[in-house]
Amino acid sequence: MRTWIKLCLMFVAMQGSAWQAQAAIHVFACEPEWAALVGELGGGDVSVYTATSALQDPHHIQARPSLIARMRGSDLVIATGAQLEIGWLPILLRQSANPAIQPGKAGYFEAAAFVRMLEVPTSMDRIQGDVHPGGNPHIQTDPRNILRVAAAINQRLQQLDATHANEYQQRFIDFSDRWQAALQRWQMMAAPLRGVKIIAYHKGWAYMLNWLGIQAVGIIEPVAGVSPGAAHLAELLAGQKSDPAAMVIYAAYQDDKASDWLGQRTGIPVVKLPFSVGGTDKSGDLFALYDDTIHRLLKALNR
Amino acid sequence: MRKSMFAWLLLCMIMAALPAQADIMSDLHLMKDQMRKMQEKMDKMEAELQAAKKDKAAVPEDASQREISPLAQFKQAAPAQLASTTRSDANVFNPQISFILNGGYRAFTQNPARFSVPGFALGDASGLGDRGLGINESEMNFASNVDNSFFASATLSLAPQGGLAVEEAFVQTLGLPGGVTIKGGRFFSGIGYINQFHPHHDDFIDRSLANRVFLNNIFGGDGLQARWLAPTETFFELGGEVLRGDRYPGGGAALRGAGAWDIFAKMGGDVGFSNSWLAGISWLGTKSVARESFDNNGVVSGTFDGDNRLIIGSLVWKWAPQGNPVDRNFKLQSEVFHGREKGAFTDAAGLRGLYTNNHWGGYAEAVYQFTQGWDVGVRHSMVVANNAGSAVLPGSVLDSAGIHPNRTSFVLGYANSEFSRFRLQYSLDKSQAVSDHQLALQYIILIGAHGGHQF
Repeated sequence: MRTWIKLCLMFVAMQGSAWQAQAAIHVFACEPEWAALVGELGGGDVSVYTATSALQDPHHIQARPSLIARMRGSDLVIATGAQLEIGWLPILLRQSANPAIQPGKAGYFEAAAFVRMLEVPTSMDRIQGDVHPGGNPHIQTDPRNILRVAAAINQRLQQLDATHANEYQQRFIDFSDRWQAALQRWQMMAAPLRGVKIIAYHKGWAYMLNWLGIQAVGIIEPVAGVSPGAAHLAELLAGQKSDPAAMVIYAAYQDDKASDWLGQRTGIPVVKLPFSVGGTDKSGDLFALYDDTIHRLLKALNR
Repeated sequence: MRKSMFAWLLLCMIMAALPAQADIMSDLHLMKDQMRKMQEKMDKMEAELQAAKKDKAAVPEDASQREISPLAQFKQAAPAQLASTTRSDANVFNPQISFILNGGYRAFTQNPARFSVPGFALGDASGLGDRGLGINESEMNFASNVDNSFFASATLSLAPQGGLAVEEAFVQTLGLPGGVTIKGGRFFSGIGYINQFHPHHDDFIDRSLANRVFLNNIFGGDGLQARWLAPTETFFELGGEVLRGDRYPGGGAALRGAGAWDIFAKMGGDVGFSNSWLAGISWLGTKSVARESFDNNGVVSGTFDGDNRLIIGSLVWKWAPQGNPVDRNFKLQSEVFHGREKGAFTDAAGLRGLYTNNHWGGYAEAVYQFTQGWDVGVRHSMVVANNAGSAVLPGSVLDSAGIHPNRTSFVLGYANSEFSRFRLQYSLDKSQAVSDHQLALQYIILIGAHGGHQF
């Protein structure tokens, strides 16, 4: 029995040594969009672990043992920040026993620090639900933010892994060129969406609305973290008569019941959007994420 | 045996940390190189910034100006962000502060003052409280990073009849190498599964019969905890604690105030996207000097002197469709206890006799959230007493009288948000010869900033 325990411990210790000996930077990406982005910028010089999928609500992730174990071996944690991960990331950081990725260190990166935040609340009261004091954290719904974050991640990767600085810089320039081209393409594609009115499931789309010039005339879940009540849904129905929306949008991870109900009652299309990489079948990478989002919106508009 | 195990543990920890040491020399060279490059970059950036300043004046701050290259926007956006987060007041250094209010209503068909579990010498917190309306302990928590190396948390509890108690007050390291974390102060022990959580985290209104009998509800104390997290993809953690030993199942702060010690190993992982698990085994040893046991009126029912050994096996399995627990999720949780005591028991009348026991117990619970905000749960818990020795007299506290104490609970929970929860629980309590039907209502309100909970 004792020998068996000893052997087990030896094995565990040696496995750890083997893992540390590998060259690549181990990246712990809190959301799939950052995993995809750091994959583009880091190529073979990084190995990326994605903590959540597009089918999970990034506000409500459990601090699972697997996440703690992965964070323990990470060199760089990429989070959205702006308190999006407030319910789980601080526990993971504390439990990970990894000094390199604590906030303030080079191994900790918050994307929201590099973009202009929208919907920064002027008053804080939980009667509005679980609000984010730093502003709306769902910055990835505007692809222009992706490029800003890419520039910052590029710098961070070069800082952490100076030997491959040239490779990172090369990949960033290449990505930046492709992204600029894609931005122009998306802009042209999305031109018909300008001025369109929509009803959104929750306030997750501020950046996309700003990017595409879409207007939200109603929110199904107005109090973040609290299910919508019947009275509020009736209010939305009434609003549809005075200020009609063209469609209802919701994120892939959200329950479609309330959105579908509203769509049926109002007769307008209900659109599921990927929200992040992998949210739908056709949003397998960063470029496809915005391609598919615009396609879905256009399809609903032209129905 | 214990010494040699610790020696092996130490060796393994050093082995795990060694490769990091070997890299230091090459790291130094890299850093030199890196600093030179950064200096070059900074010079370049400074020049760019000057240019950008000129640009900024020419470009209007309008989000609909989509012709601007995003890179140029990046340069603009950064200063705007900095301006919005800059605050000069000392207030920003406040710790996160939260207050947990809870209370409710309890009904029993048997008088709760007569609660006992035949065959067990119980601690002072193993009962279920009083009948009727009332609030429970209110909890106040302060938590914050101390500096770059430490995290600290203090939880004070305010008993309904008045008085302030320090429930937890600990400091924990953040910056130790090799996956080691050390925690010191007063804290809930990491043994078992549910023991380290504050009761407001639970899915039931009260702890299981087994937790109440073996750990006096919650085991903790003043001391030191060390944990080592293995650098593996599967979660594997080893931990050990030395505690003062003045709390049940210990007592009297034996061995010059180091009367309790424990080790635990935990392992966990995911199965696909939807399932995750955590299993653990813990071993707790205490030495008791005049450990008092109580009846439910707070009257001393006897004292115990001797050694206590407790082994706890635990398993938690959680399911959520695609790993998204917001709408639906399921949790299966179980712990098994095996306790042994050897020493002498002195009853309330002062009669002293030899005493050994070999107790078993455990619980299993399942909780299903069927839609956002609503969950249902069932739990069964049981304990088995095996007492021997001259202290075990018929009709005494230690006489199990052939009863197999067990309790079954059903719970319905509603959460308006993650900050307000309400529960209704029915229990069939067969801890004693007569069955007790118990009904309880509870509210848990959380105000302020409170961090999330562990798995």
